[in-house]
Amino acid sequence: MNELIVKNGFVFDPLQGIKGDRMDIGIKDGKFVETSALGNPKVIDAAGKTVMAGGVDIHSHVVGPKVNVGRLFRPEDKLFKSPLKRGNRMEMGFSVPSTFKTGYDYARMGYVFVNEAAMPPLHSPHVHEEIRDTPIIDNAAMPVFGNNWFTLEYLKNNEIENNAAYTAWLLRATRGFAIKVVNPGGTEAWGWGLNCESIHDPVPYFDITPAKIVTGLIETNEHLGLPHSVHLHCNNLGNPGNYTDTLDSLKLAEGYTAKNNFGREQVLHITHIQFDSYGGDSWRTFESKAEEIMDYVNAHDNITVDIGQVTLDETTTMTADGPFEHSLRGLNNLKWANTDVELETAAGVVPYVYSPNIRVCTIQWAVGLELALFAKDPMRTFISTDHPNAGPFFRYPRVIKWLMSREARDTTMKTFKWLERTIDATSIDGIDRELTLYEIAQMTRAGPAKALGISNTYGGLVPGMDANVAIYALNPEDMPSDPEMIEKAFSQCAYLIKDGVVAVQNGEVVAEPAKRTVWVDVKVPDNAQVQRDIYEHFLRHYSVGVENYKLFDEHVHNPRAIEVDATQ
Amino acid sequence: MKTVTLTLAKSPELYIEGQNITPDQFAGKKAAEIASLDVWEGKLKGPLGNYFTVEGDGGATAGETKIVLRGDCTRVKRIGQQMTAGEIVVEGNADMYIGGWMKGGKIHVKGNVDSFCGIGMEGGELIIDGDAGHHLGSSPRGEWRGMQGGLIRVAGNAGNDTATFINGGTIIIGGDADIHISTHGEGGTVIVKGDAKGRVGGQMVKGNIYVYGTIENPLPGFKLVGEVEQEVDGETARFAHHIGDLGERHPVSKGKTVYANLYTRI
Ligand SMILES: [Zn+2]
Repeated sequence: MNELIVKNGFVFDPLQGIKGDRMDIGIKDGKFVETSALGNPKVIDAAGKTVMAGGVDIHSHVVGPKVNVGRLFRPEDKLFKSPLKRGNRMEMGFSVPSTFKTGYDYARMGYVFVNEAAMPPLHSPHVHEEIRDTPIIDNAAMPVFGNNWFTLEYLKNNEIENNAAYTAWLLRATRGFAIKVVNPGGTEAWGWGLNCESIHDPVPYFDITPAKIVTGLIETNEHLGLPHSVHLHCNNLGNPGNYTDTLDSLKLAEGYTAKNNFGREQVLHITHIQFDSYGGDSWRTFESKAEEIMDYVNAHDNITVDIGQVTLDETTTMTADGPFEHSLRGLNNLKWANTDVELETAAGVVPYVYSPNIRVCTIQWAVGLELALFAKDPMRTFISTDHPNAGPFFRYPRVIKWLMSREARDTTMKTFKWLERTIDATSIDGIDRELTLYEIAQMTRAGPAKALGISNTYGGLVPGMDANVAIYALNPEDMPSDPEMIEKAFSQCAYLIKDGVVAVQNGEVVAEPAKRTVWVDVKVPDNAQVQRDIYEHFLRHYSVGVENYKLFDEHVHNPRAIEVDATQ
Repeated sequence: MKTVTLTLAKSPELYIEGQNITPDQFAGKKAAEIASLDVWEGKLKGPLGNYFTVEGDGGATAGETKIVLRGDCTRVKRIGQQMTAGEIVVEGNADMYIGGWMKGGKIHVKGNVDSFCGIGMEGGELIIDGDAGHHLGSSPRGEWRGMQGGLIRVAGNAGNDTATFINGGTIIIGGDADIHISTHGEGGTVIVKGDAKGRVGGQMVKGNIYVYGTIENPLPGFKLVGEVEQEVDGETARFAHHIGDLGERHPVSKGKTVYANLYTRI
């Protein structure tokens, strides 16, 4: 019997409404149990420390082809930044770390689950090979649907049931987790040198609008009852004045309610919404519209968001939003990688330097924090950096510091070259709110787990759930006066217990418990039409045969399938 | 100035990674401490004293420390890497990455060096009496911020890809240069006193190149705009003035487009 008891910590578990009570947490054979069920457990003393469930990241680009393109074409991202062998394997890279560094750094921050934000279906074997090589953390990966030829054709013809059958087939073929949508229609248009800048711009050839793609996918998602909702990267991302397009996208969810057995309440998750919350009509008049966006989000509880916080680092942008990467390259004149993925999607990669000396960058920094600080419901607003697009994931502790401390925000703002203009273009200087540890627990584990539909397993400390515990050296009754200590505590957790095994102690990896691949296995009624469409597209258009396209079981590392029955 | 003399006693079977051979590392250390600094031969780490005899102590600071390397250092890499001050004299040849990412001080190699010397240089002087290999004064792989400052002077020839992404500083090549000079350059000056093979100034945005001899295969992106008389490296001469690379983006300063300049001697 493998038994542990975490004693006397200040426990924060929003799933149970526990707000810093001094409690003991029992663990037996990798699961939480009532402490009364323990025999002779090993004791972990958490007195004077903060105890939370293991962290859950709803959106991060950590595995797969575009991440690897970032690694390959940015050797300078590793230069003089990879000196240490701290874990079992060599750790390399900064903004696009090696798989090993990715797993270890997440574990050091107390995270146990990371949802890969975009899986090109054709390249899913590569995604799963890198999941296997990313230690400790459990991973899921979302295949992209928003520019997929099957999806565009079915939704144009209002064939929700057929689209649902295809979606179930693709989730199984790629061992995927949820419906990801990146610049719906716009990435397909990019194949024609075009874009869909508003949700009403029709896609060339397919003649369907992004609005119809999104509502069709919401209907598909709720028809199937998937754990997660549609996960949307909006049209016209990154451009001045785009907040009206974002509000248009948000309104697409009106009238839809979640139908699922996983406790999820939203029908639409908008990712890295910081990039979608801009006013102004040019870079000169660029300004924050975070308040307008959050007013809408706060008033509509069928929507969740993650912020996509700019961390003011040199980083590497990478997205299936091909036209966006092309316009970014035109802004900074740096190297650019671009690719088309046949019938499915595209991608681009461009390095980017978010400098405190550049007004647009410091306004973006303020927008991200405003979104989190204007949030009325931290169970629907999550911390992310859209790793590595707005900054590397290992800056989450810094983001937490900014959110928990006005003083920390002021210290950072003092380094801005265009401080006055940043203050004028945003509301950040008028916000005194400092988030509590409970709200941080909502934004980094309970909330994302609920939105992903996995809160029966991850994101809480309830008996029966996976025994994932992060212990931080922060005393809620005696918080450090220096905000830097908040960042340090969340960077190097005192303990991470993953599946009942102590994986990190004092910020260093001490064990590598088995990691899992989480995917969604949906049963749908037999659909001869969709089977024939799949046969035809692979016969006529794909460069690979369908039997080589579908993942082999041996590709999928330690799978945990979430079963969904959509046959009724 | 105190002098530390390293004499190569045992030639390595592979190559020595000698990034610890710098005035910065030697400063404030006794000879015995210097002998215990790490070097790598392949994947094996060992003390410097396994390969070199060490005579003399380091000065109090890097600026007060001079290092003299004796013996055949053809298989010693990274001498003076990231140094900020002081002086290094290599009596013979040295291998790759000599003076890489150098910020200050002076390195004088009396023989030849291999590739990647003066890569990512920010300041100081790198003097090579013999020939240099490829990527002299270039940017590190992938990096778009190349040489920022300092002086590299090679008496002999240089290989290909000199000064890629150069942003500042000066490179003077006494002999010939192979293909690719100042590719993607956005500043700085490269002077080739012999011939240049070709692809001179490809995708160059700003900066200057002087070629005294011939360019075997000049790029079509450069346009002749006149003749000028200029003093270059202490001597005055007449040059044909070309601007380019016309296929590349160019900044506008005070209403005028700024081009890269290519001067060929007449
Ligand atoms: Zn993303």
